[in-house]
Amino acid sequence: MATNILMPALSPTMEEGTLAKWLVKEGDAVESGMILAEIETDKATMEFEAVDEGVLGKILVAEGTENVKVNEAIAVLLEDGEDASAVPAGGPAPTPVSAATAEPSAQPTPAAPPAAVATVTPEPDVPAGTRFKQQTVREALRDAMAEEMRRDGDVFLMGEEVAEYQGAYKISQGLLDEFGEKRVIDTPITEHGFAGIGVGAAFAGLRPIVEFMTFNFAMQAIDQIINSAAKTLYMSGGQMGSPIVFRGPNGAAARVGAQHSQDYAAWYAQIPGLKVIQPYSAADAKGLLKSAIRDNNPVICLENEILYGKSFEVPELDDFTVPLGKAKIWREGTDLTIVSFGIGMTYALEAAEALASEGISAEVVDLRSLRPMDTQTVINSVMKTNRCITVEEGWPVCSIGNHISAVLMQQAFDYLDAPVINLTGKDVPMPYAANLEKLALVTTAEVIEAAKAVTYR
Amino acid sequence: MATAPKRSTRAKKPNASKEELIEFYREMLLIRRFEEKAGQLYGMGLIGGFCHLYIGQEAVVVGLEASTKDGDQRITTYRDHGHMLACGMDPKGVMAELTGRKDGLSKGKGGSMHMFSKEKEFYGGHGIVGANVPLGAGLAFANKYRGNDNVAFTYFGDGAANQGQVYETYNMAELWMLPVIFVIENNQYAMGTSTKRSTKSPSLYVRGEAYGIPGEQVDGMDVLAVKAAGQKAVDHCRAGKGPYILEVMTYRYRGHSMSDPAKYRTREEVQKVRDERDPINHVRDILLTGKHATEEDLKALDKEIKGIVNEAAQFAQDSPEPALEELYTDIYA
Ligand SMILES: Cc1ncc(C[n+]2csc(CCOP(=O)(O)OP(=O)(O)O)c2C)c(N)n1
Ligand SMILES: [Mg+2]
Repeated sequence: MATNILMPALSPTMEEGTLAKWLVKEGDAVESGMILAEIETDKATMEFEAVDEGVLGKILVAEGTENVKVNEAIAVLLEDGEDASAVPAGGPAPTPVSAATAEPSAQPTPAAPPAAVATVTPEPDVPAGTRFKQQTVREALRDAMAEEMRRDGDVFLMGEEVAEYQGAYKISQGLLDEFGEKRVIDTPITEHGFAGIGVGAAFAGLRPIVEFMTFNFAMQAIDQIINSAAKTLYMSGGQMGSPIVFRGPNGAAARVGAQHSQDYAAWYAQIPGLKVIQPYSAADAKGLLKSAIRDNNPVICLENEILYGKSFEVPELDDFTVPLGKAKIWREGTDLTIVSFGIGMTYALEAAEALASEGISAEVVDLRSLRPMDTQTVINSVMKTNRCITVEEGWPVCSIGNHISAVLMQQAFDYLDAPVINLTGKDVPMPYAANLEKLALVTTAEVIEAAKAVTYR
Repeated sequence: MATAPKRSTRAKKPNASKEELIEFYREMLLIRRFEEKAGQLYGMGLIGGFCHLYIGQEAVVVGLEASTKDGDQRITTYRDHGHMLACGMDPKGVMAELTGRKDGLSKGKGGSMHMFSKEKEFYGGHGIVGANVPLGAGLAFANKYRGNDNVAFTYFGDGAANQGQVYETYNMAELWMLPVIFVIENNQYAMGTSTKRSTKSPSLYVRGEAYGIPGEQVDGMDVLAVKAAGQKAVDHCRAGKGPYILEVMTYRYRGHSMSDPAKYRTREEVQKVRDERDPINHVRDILLTGKHATEEDLKALDKEIKGIVNEAAQFAQDSPEPALEELYTDIYA
């Protein structure tokens, strides 16, 4: 019986891809394990292997076709002896998918904020007349490192798969080519060791950028980050510090389970001696990372895998930096303040847009830096709106939102017309199942609901 | 004190009966077909996140399981599907966990990397490279504490072998004479990093020498060689002589996980191993040349296994998603 070969999902975040090249032609015998085609995903070009055996009856999607949806039929596989002419145009009827698979929960990747970009207040850090270009967060981070490495020969990048593999999430693409293996260094899987080596090199005056494949693995290195990097300046009476950046993706990706989906924002934000940034947009990712590399303190740069592929406007300036410790108002409003950072901004901005259509005007503040934290911008906003909700993906207990609430209670109590609501991830380890994972994360609907609660709508 | 580490070579003569050979063949084939199916379901979006396939490495776990007895424990990394099938866990439960459904071994909450079975003494399924190594020694600690002669099989990769906690564990395991077999599945790559690029001492089996732990390198594409080395290691542990290291030389045919562009090795390199060293074909050849089985017998076996795997896949698609209340269960005992 003829079966369809379907466009495969080749990464946790892939929804469609380009069928770059067919490596077999119609009439070829197919064995399991044979490479059928090359497919370009959001991250890389991958080989697609056959599972079932037979003869390639018909190619349904020509090579070079872009935006082929996952699970679309791309070819027809015949059993030995079957005749290709028996295949109706368009291939055999698709195999029915069981009820459970049809549920929409399979891909929980949040969508890009729809109209958010249009309502952005102008970036205050750039001169009037600055031109912008569209860039992904991924490219912006790479450019930030490349620019700083060109500027200062003491800056180097070290981590697992950063050089030859071009980065596990392709952030360091091209850096090995430009800067060579002296400055773009692949490490063995030894986080505690190389984090410590980085801190030691920083003591000696170099400016390391240490990439953790994800911040989940920085747990192996937490002692060197906290006990060595964060405290030495203090313990040495100011003689010796560690100008180092620890960076990598933080927080949930998609369906990678409890040990690989943790948001460490609140953890690092608690440590005196560390600075902590968590950019949302590509421009902030670039500007903040450049400032972090130049800073004389250890800086934790918390990125997000789902944001890596999102595009934003980035100023075309020779040396664009964003100061550490300064929040950004993305959207002005009068009825309530939504405070967020990192991927939380996706929900905050989506909610603000939806609220606007219901006549509720939300001001959206992106903290950008978590330590030092620009609480003054939040207070100023709340003095105007008198209501506040916070949005983050991390856990609820001792969260960033808890801290903001405490600051507002102490410094803006008289301006509050409603209790502050903290929206967070649920108080559970991250489950793998699609439906539970969705439930564990904060959602735009929850933000909207909380906004209505504090505005008594 | 320990004997000096050494290399063992491909077994010349089968050290196994016909029944055992057929059993090895069946188990390895079950893993291979299961993994191929898992890869297919991933491609259809039915499995999400990370999914690390064991294809190519089947002989390692099948050969070692041959020397286990009731009460022995095993613990491994995220590349765990083969280990679970080899110790007798239900393919349906494993596949349903891969699809994140209610009937999965962790109720859908663990996923590909995190499955466990108290009944089969399978302690996971761990995602943090290196972290399962001290855990395995801890299982062995419990055996010693209780005075039984059980052994803890602790599997990890060549990349994991560079983590510091592995060496902390080696030291304590020998110091306290813990009955643990450290099984290094050396498939020569840690994601895109070949062992040559991560260490200047690529012989991993000698790395216990400084602590007094004997080690041996084994051809991991030869299930009979693995079985023989495993038996020796197990005897050592059961006799109360402390830990043992087996560096099992193997190869993964597929990418590190599903989203690996595999630019760090050539297609020819992979094909050569498939053609010349495939662990399943190796046993198949012994079965056929020794006239232990006919082509027809093996075809029938293959069909039976495909049936088991298809049934598991269907089960894993039909099983419903976990109830929403499960989000808040199992956080505290
Ligand atoms: C502490 C830690 N660092 C990094 C990773 C990301 N990672 C997952 S698997 C892997 C490679 C491990 O290679 P190896 O130990 O050889 O095992 P294999 O995958 O070959 O079975 C890496 C770097 C991780 N999971 N945990
Ligand atoms: Mg390996």
